[in-house]
Amino acid sequence: MKALIAIGMVMMAFCAFPLSVFAQDNMPPAPYAYRQLDDPQQERKARELMETLRCLTCQSQSIADSDAPMAGDMRHQVRTRIAAGQEPAQIRQWLMDRYGDYISYTPRVNSVTWPLFAIPAIVLLLAGLAVWRRIGRRQNYKGDE
Amino acid sequence: MIAEFGLAALWLAAALAALQFLAGILALGEKGAGLEAVVRPVAVVQAVLCALAFGSLLLLFARTDLSVLLVAMNSHAAKPMVFKIAGAWGNHEGSMLLWVTVMSLAGGLIALIEKRLPERTMLATLASQAFVGLGFYAFLLFSSNPFERLSPPAQEGMGLNPLLQDIGLAFHPPTLYLGYVGLSVAFSFAVGALLTRNVTPEFARVMRPWVLGAWIFLTVGITAGSYWAYYELGWGGWWFWDPVENASLMPWLAATALLHSASVLASRDALRTWTIMLGVVAFSMSMIGTFLVRSGILTSVHAFAVDPERGGFILALLALYIGAALILFALRAGTVSEGKHFAAVSREGALVINNVALSAILGIVLLGTLYPLLTEAFGVRVSVGPPYFNPVSAIFAAPMLVVLAIGPLLRWRRDRLARIQKPIIAVFLAGLAGAIGVFAIGGVELLPFLGLVLSLAIAVGSVMPLKGRSLRRLPLTVWGMVVAHFGIAVALFGMSADTAFTQQTLIAAAPGDKAVVGPWTVTLNSVDPVAGPNWTALEGKMSASYRGGVEHHIAPQSRTFWAPPQQTSESALLTRWNGQLYAVIGGATEDGRWQLRLWWKPFVTFIWYGGLLVALGGFLALLGRISTDLRRRYATRRVAERKAEGAV
Repeated sequence: MKALIAIGMVMMAFCAFPLSVFAQDNMPPAPYAYRQLDDPQQERKARELMETLRCLTCQSQSIADSDAPMAGDMRHQVRTRIAAGQEPAQIRQWLMDRYGDYISYTPRVNSVTWPLFAIPAIVLLLAGLAVWRRIGRRQNYKGDE
Repeated sequence: MIAEFGLAALWLAAALAALQFLAGILALGEKGAGLEAVVRPVAVVQAVLCALAFGSLLLLFARTDLSVLLVAMNSHAAKPMVFKIAGAWGNHEGSMLLWVTVMSLAGGLIALIEKRLPERTMLATLASQAFVGLGFYAFLLFSSNPFERLSPPAQEGMGLNPLLQDIGLAFHPPTLYLGYVGLSVAFSFAVGALLTRNVTPEFARVMRPWVLGAWIFLTVGITAGSYWAYYELGWGGWWFWDPVENASLMPWLAATALLHSASVLASRDALRTWTIMLGVVAFSMSMIGTFLVRSGILTSVHAFAVDPERGGFILALLALYIGAALILFALRAGTVSEGKHFAAVSREGALVINNVALSAILGIVLLGTLYPLLTEAFGVRVSVGPPYFNPVSAIFAAPMLVVLAIGPLLRWRRDRLARIQKPIIAVFLAGLAGAIGVFAIGGVELLPFLGLVLSLAIAVGSVMPLKGRSLRRLPLTVWGMVVAHFGIAVALFGMSADTAFTQQTLIAAAPGDKAVVGPWTVTLNSVDPVAGPNWTALEGKMSASYRGGVEHHIAPQSRTFWAPPQQTSESALLTRWNGQLYAVIGGATEDGRWQLRLWWKPFVTFIWYGGLLVALGGFLALLGRISTDLRRRYATRRVAERKAEGAV
């Protein structure tokens, strides 16, 4: 039902190209929204960070793949801060302080998110157990026909 | 008139589904003797009526009948005909009608042609199919009537979302629905087998073509959807781990596991309960996907809580069917014996690893998709995205892919790795060569590195079953497996290469300016206005040359639709055998230049070639199964005829 990505896209499209009247949408995009940093090293850093930051007005897109004005502004923020010598972790923290953990796709273990890590660990154990039981059967296997 | 006819047909079909369910269940008991003759014909008529209802909706959309609410909300007289018709399923009500239609057609088809299973199991299966169908008929008729009239009729329709006005997308939903709902047949067979305690290799053989068929459509649907997202969204991404994408991935993962465990059951009479379980899980994933997409819960948990009618309805259906199936499973699973045993190093052993890993990945995708909804309900918003899904699913995918490279070479029941020493060494060397090559290029992160190495190993491993066998006499099913596994290698290579080696250039350019991206030099020649049937656009005429070679012309557009008003980017793609140049034209800057986005994406097309190869492999296997079945039917008939002749 990925087709139904389509339905999601309906939403996303509206956020990507809002026809609403927010004043800031009518302003030209910030300079570094659609421009790369000259230093490829820095641009790479910026890009890696942008790919893990959520576009808040879209559905499931990072700010690195969105036409939404807000994503453009955030790309500008990230690039100018990287150019000013800030570390990606610093910038991420700054954004999380402003917008909340929701903005970061990179998961952190805390009181809310621990099951996201605990459950896969349990699944891993169970999966190992399931396979191990089969290997354990090797000694017992004599053939049953 | 057409709308009323469609609605009447839908009600009649629903009534017949009720009859099919009751007759099927009663016929299983002692008192229902005689009712068994009714079930199959009713299933067929129900399918015909439902198809007529869907046909009516198509006709309404083709004529743009604006006195029907759904048409007025989702269509427009100025649309090209193909999109008028596609509009019929590009909305909530229409897509649910399509869902029920596919489901009843599948039920009608098994009623018509499936004669291999004991009749009691078939009755239980058809009753189950009708029971599931009934819930969705109720959903349509009580809360999503597609035939509702609008009085007075609208002057003009509201139009279809421009992003959906794309030929690929027009046929995307039906493709996925065939897969999604095709799994309902596997579900019903599993329930039927449990109810009548008849979990046999024969049951697996009967179920397998249906799972295979559904899985082919899912594979094609996901592949096409990914390509659509890639060229239509304008940023070169092909998978976002979006909940709506995950909703299609989860049934695919379950169906892939089911396909493999069903083949163990069919060939070796092992993994009985597990196969039944997967049959239940696969269709449950289809329903969970429907709930996620149709309930509006993804937009906002709060919006869902405020207007829970539709979402609540689907949630209730979900709880009813999954719950009932799991309870039945819990009650009956103990009475189904485990089946035959096998050694760890055997074809079955490899397939168990495949099943465990696929199930684990399924669990993680489900967790990552639902968990943010759960926390949001408690007022905390968390984001789960690629940085979570990629590494966590890779923990399970990597070992599975290693086993995929050599598993098909193992014999059933019991084998020794020493026997297949040579192919294992070949697979290892392919991986090693890949590792050295990628290491020499440098700068590749762990996951794409692993992906590149594994894809080479699997590519070599997947063709090994052909070694030493007569290619002309090889069964189609083996060809199917080889092609599908090779397709996995191709797709994995494409994904990893794109992740590792993509180059991007973003610039503001005036006509005459040149830009370099990877090996390409792109010149913006001019920006001109153009017009289509329901849009206008600015078209950037560009010429591009690969390493200074021949100039190719491309023309990305920035389109503005007017019904409904919206902008889209039409990217322009230049495909070479080793990748794609991806060009997008954005808005104008203050100084009158144009924003261009250019990517060179090495081997990105392999992702979708691989997906299509996987589907082709499934198709070959399906052909093989069907032709074996036909030959068997023919042979049985001949034997019966000879007996009859002998008797005379």
